Formats: sequence, structure tokens, C-alpha cells
Amino acid sequence: MAAVLESTPGAAAQSTAPIVRITALRKSYGSNEVLKGIDLDVRRGEVIAIIGKSGSGKSTLLRCINGLEVFQEGALTVDGRPLLHESAMAMRELRQRVGMIFQGFNLFPHLSVGRNVMLAPMLVKGRVKLQAASQARKLLARVGLEEKFDAMPEQLSGGQQQRVAIARALAMEPAVLLCDEITSALDPELVGEVLRVVESLAEEGMTLLMVTHEMNFARKVADRVIFMHQGRVHEMGPPEQLFGSPQTPELRQFLSSLHD
Amino acid sequence: MNDFSLWDILRNLLLALRWTVALSAIAFVGGGLVGALLLLARLGGGPFFDKAVALYVQLFQGTPLLMQLFLAYFGIALLGIDVSPWTAAALALTLYTSAFLAEIWRGCVASIPKGQWEASSSLALRFGEQLRHIILPQALKIAIPPTVGFLVQVIKGTALASVIGFVELTKAGSMISNATFKPFVVFSCVALMYFALCFPVSLLARQLERKTHGRRA
Repeated sequence: MAAVLESTPGAAAQSTAPIVRITALRKSYGSNEVLKGIDLDVRRGEVIAIIGKSGSGKSTLLRCINGLEVFQEGALTVDGRPLLHESAMAMRELRQRVGMIFQGFNLFPHLSVGRNVMLAPMLVKGRVKLQAASQARKLLARVGLEEKFDAMPEQLSGGQQQRVAIARALAMEPAVLLCDEITSALDPELVGEVLRVVESLAEEGMTLLMVTHEMNFARKVADRVIFMHQGRVHEMGPPEQLFGSPQTPELRQFLSSLHD
Repeated sequence: MNDFSLWDILRNLLLALRWTVALSAIAFVGGGLVGALLLLARLGGGPFFDKAVALYVQLFQGTPLLMQLFLAYFGIALLGIDVSPWTAAALALTLYTSAFLAEIWRGCVASIPKGQWEASSSLALRFGEQLRHIILPQALKIAIPPTVGFLVQVIKGTALASVIGFVELTKAGSMISNATFKPFVVFSCVALMYFALCFPVSLLARQLERKTHGRRA
């Protein structure tokens, strides 16, 4: 069964155990069930785009993966380690493996750009300041913001802030990066600079799960697209298949609504 | 009685002013410390402490300071402990201040956007690290003006300690007024002294407010 699902040849399949495995995951707010049994395996280096209407549960699913949302049923493992909400130690372990980038950037406004990037490695990984600073400079260079090391977040444009947020997440050297509608709060002319950074990450083999409204970007970069509808994975497949020949009326309707 | 000059009145009031200042300082430092502990308990102590602190705050906010002073003075005596007006006043004002400061500061922490908690959580920071490096530095900036503003309320609140016989500015004023039969002169002086204490603090609060707002805008 596994061999059929794996697109990689059999020999490689052994080493490509899923980096994220979600099994029968259910989540509700009170009596309102927002995730109704999600099963998903994410391979190392895979880029997954999650699309769907607002309220379909796509952001909630993403936020379950790093424990920002608590789920009631099912299991979730990252790199073989189960997510345990009760254990602060286990959560700290897990969150070092899973980075997240938010729609609203969420930079720390009282810290300089450099400090934003350096803080978590120094506190969590025990890096010394010098080492953290040089890593931060490298990462800021990678997102094209080398010269902003000493700037305050409020002095940057939205696109620049989001690129700092990416550098900040990368500083923890995560195995998986979660992107929650990271271009939705940006002016249209700033979307490109952020997506280019994400694309370069994908090319370098970073495992990415992104909730996105940028269908062209999803088509171009994603290995797999997931269409969520009413708390379920409604349709899933390579982008050509999902965008080219949608199987369900819900997806067809969703895609056509985007062209209006 | 004409052997009381204005200087005599002022001198005696100034001596009593020391105790108003001392009581305010104790209430503020003690209340600040207890308030900070209450805030931490409320933030990190789970639902039980959250409820307990909320109740504590409601009790102190929902009863007159005067009653709190009476209860501290006569209530502790009921337990068989001999309590001086000084101790009772310091205790009551400390608890009163702690409740208000805990609530003011809780509001400041609550005003920090949720995204700051989420971003620092997803960077694997512990709760204590989040508070120390992300939340409190930002909350502190917002908290300074209302905290300094509340100091004015505490200074004026110390006047109530006179009812349990603690000789601070107001009590000294009424004692002198009884002796001199010049209540208007005496209480004018008393009022001026409160104003001289409170006005600079109010000015400071307003200035700090302008500064932080300017920086935030």
C-alpha cells in the first residue's frame, strides 16, 4: 500500500518516512466541529498548498501541526514524535522542528530586526550572541534584507516585515515550515518579493505547508494541492490534476469563484 | 487661642506630611510587589488562580477603602493580634493598591496582540521567556501612564487612614484645627499640601502618556 502511494522508487521509500503524519484528526470549538477527521502524510521536502473557502478549516489544520490549536481526537506526529499538548517539554521539542509564518507577520515590535531573528536561537538553542548575530545576518541576507539588521520592524514595509518573519522562523532550523496566508495582508505589489523567498525555500528542499489564496503560486510551486471543504480534505492531488480537472463540484465551484 | 502662628500650623502639618508620603510609598511599593505576584499568578497559574485573583480584585474594587481600613484595624484585633493604626493602614492600603495595580496591569498585558503570544510560542519559547522577553516589555510601556496616574489615587487614599487614628496629614489637620479653631486656614493648608504632592505626579503621568503615545503612533 505504501509503495503505491509513494511516488519515489521503493528503495528511497524506506528513508522517506513522512515528516508530518496526521491521523483521524478531529477538532471542535464547543459543539462546532471544524476538522472532521483529517488524514495526511507529508513527505520530507514536499511542498503542499492548502486551498479552500474561509471557514473550511485550513488555517486550523495548519495551527494544529505546531500545537497552537488543541485537537480533541486523532494523532499527529512530526519526525516520528507525537504531539503531546500536556507536556511542555515535548511541545518545546516539536516547535523547534516546526516553524510558522503568520498572515500578520507578528514581528516583535520592541526588538530590532536582528534581535527578532536572534532571540529564539539564543533562548531556546542556547546560542551565544555573536554566533546568533552572524546567523541572523546570513538569514537576513538570504531574504534580501542584510542592511536592515538594526532597523525596527515598524520602519519596514509589509513585504520586508514578512521576509524578516521568514528569516526569524528559519533561524530555528525547522524541518517543516507552516505558512498561514502569508501574503494576504500585503499590498499587491509586495506579494512577489515574499513569494520569491518561499519559492527559493521550496527549491532548497524545505518541507512547506502553506495555506494560500495565490493559486498561480500553488500551481507553480506545490507538489500537492489539498482542497479543504467543511472540515475535510475534499480533494487532493498534484496541482495539474486539481486545477486542470477538478473532480468534485465543490472544487469546481471554488475555482470558478476565484475568476469572478 | 492666638498662640498658634501660621508657621506653627504649617510646621506641624509638614511633620505629618512625612507620614502621608511614607504611607503612600509603602502602599505603592508593597502594592506593586503584591500586584505583580497577583498578575503572574493570574497569567500563569491556570484557571483556579485566574478566578481567585479576579475575585480578590473584585472584593477590593467593590468595597470602600474606608471599610477595608476598618476591617484591617478591627478585624486583625479580633484575631487577638495587637495591631497599630500604622500597621493596619499600611496593610490595607497595600492590599488595596495591589488589587488595582494587578487589574491595570492585566489590562495592559491583555492589550498585547495575540499574535505576539503565538509567534513566540511557535518559536518554542517557554511561558516565562515569552513574558520576560516579548509580552512584559511591551506591556510595561503601556502600563506606565495609568500606573503613575493611580499613584495619585493612593496618595489621596491615605487620607482615610485618619479614621483609624493614624496621624498623617489629614488627621494632623483636624487635630490642629481643633486646637486653633481655624479650620479654614488649616484645611486650606492641608489641601495645598496634597495638591503639591499629587500635581507633580499627575504632570509626570501626562508627560509619560504623551511620550509613549508619540512613540506608538
